[in-house]
Amino acid sequence: MARTTLPFGPQHPVLPEPIHFSLVLEDEIVVQAIPKLGYVHRGLEKMAEIRDHNQMIQIVERTCGICSTLHAMCYCQGIEALMGVQVPDRAKFLRTVWAEMHRIHSHLLWLGLFADAFGFESLFMQCWRIRERIMDLQEATSGNRVIVSVNQVGGVKRDIKPETQKWILDTLKLVEKEVLQLKSTLMDDYTVKKRTVGIGVLSKEKAFALGACGPMLRASGVAQDMRQLGYAAYPFLDFTPVVETDGDSYARTICRFNEIFQGIDLIRQAFAKLPEGELSVKVTGLPSGEVVSRVEQPRGECLYYLKATGKKFLDRLRIRTPTFSNVAPLLELLPGCELADVPVLILTIDPCISCTER
Amino acid sequence: MSNAARVLSDQNTSTVPVERVVSFSKIFRDTGFRFVTMSSSDLGDAIDLLYHFDKELDIRSMRVTVPKGSAISSITSVFSCAMLVENEIKEQFGVDFEGLPIDFNGTLYLDEDVQRTPFCKIGVVKNFPKAQEA
Repeated sequence: MARTTLPFGPQHPVLPEPIHFSLVLEDEIVVQAIPKLGYVHRGLEKMAEIRDHNQMIQIVERTCGICSTLHAMCYCQGIEALMGVQVPDRAKFLRTVWAEMHRIHSHLLWLGLFADAFGFESLFMQCWRIRERIMDLQEATSGNRVIVSVNQVGGVKRDIKPETQKWILDTLKLVEKEVLQLKSTLMDDYTVKKRTVGIGVLSKEKAFALGACGPMLRASGVAQDMRQLGYAAYPFLDFTPVVETDGDSYARTICRFNEIFQGIDLIRQAFAKLPEGELSVKVTGLPSGEVVSRVEQPRGECLYYLKATGKKFLDRLRIRTPTFSNVAPLLELLPGCELADVPVLILTIDPCISCTER
Repeated sequence: MSNAARVLSDQNTSTVPVERVVSFSKIFRDTGFRFVTMSSSDLGDAIDLLYHFDKELDIRSMRVTVPKGSAISSITSVFSCAMLVENEIKEQFGVDFEGLPIDFNGTLYLDEDVQRTPFCKIGVVKNFPKAQEA
């Protein structure tokens, strides 16, 4: 049968951000997919050579709107390791709170986009309506809805007062109740199951070998989560990675859905154990050496490589985002699938193209 | 300090000659490590490549220094997921990876008209053939 090459993206109704795939088809079956990136590449890594290492915090936060605080946390963690800085415990707990807020709103954003991709608009609207409550929390605690700029080398810039903590916990109770109301729709609805169960199956072995990370990896049965590394306040909190075993689009949906409740639980634990003390320590000097810093973003493992030589500017900043890592498994999932399933499969990795292109 | 930020040292980073990059990658794979990513930096007359591997949250790095203008074997025969990052380094730093299964020839991120590798302090003029068509 003659093959047809079909361009998918960079502008497509299911893609919030631009990415292009050349899909080689036989009839309506994909036989090869070749990606093309670069539509929103900003050269943020290169800016490290001309911006002070403290100014770079504001730049890395803009790598991705959805996980801004986690980018800054990963970067600061690396600089702190190079300079031997011990972050106060209170700052570690507050970093955890903001990180989990990001995870909750990111998963709600993805669930909405995913529902929209297979035409379930009311589910999309419900997810995004609930997400607004988390955005309000972020705005109230950091001054911004999206770019939560709270990290600095040596700690955090803002505190969360007891009365605000109470309001956050009350809001999370409401969020938990509302997300639970979506459970039967997401897990049992015929439309959802028809488009996700058995679609894009990634075995445990392949997920590991292809470098999948985050919910993409955990939905295939690998209990790997960078929060197990013990950064921020995670060593003090009761935490087990959310794992599913089927490895299909449905399992990835359930994994992210359950991580919303995990995030709520972690924030509750963090507030319950929040120690008194300073928000940051004074940091003097300049970083020197090479470090690899990792955190678990909503989409998976994020890695920063920093190289400094005791100057104001870094020699090199390298950012490996989770979506970049999950493109390889996606290229494995697409061949053999029907053209109609391509949008669902692309969304199933929770793609963040701005992150990927930096 | 947790393991989340690991300062590179002789204890966690091994330096490997260019010609042994594939065989050392096989050792990492055969001992249960997964490929995480690669980092690169410009040393002036050479490019410093760091291959990062992880096993049960223990990250190890392999350092290879490639003189500018010379080639290095791709490790995609060992870790197929290295294909995208090798293409990225090729177009940003001008390192030629031999044996890439899909070679974007410098057009993964950049436009075909771009003739310089943007991350090198001393730019290397590219002379790649036209990008592979799907």
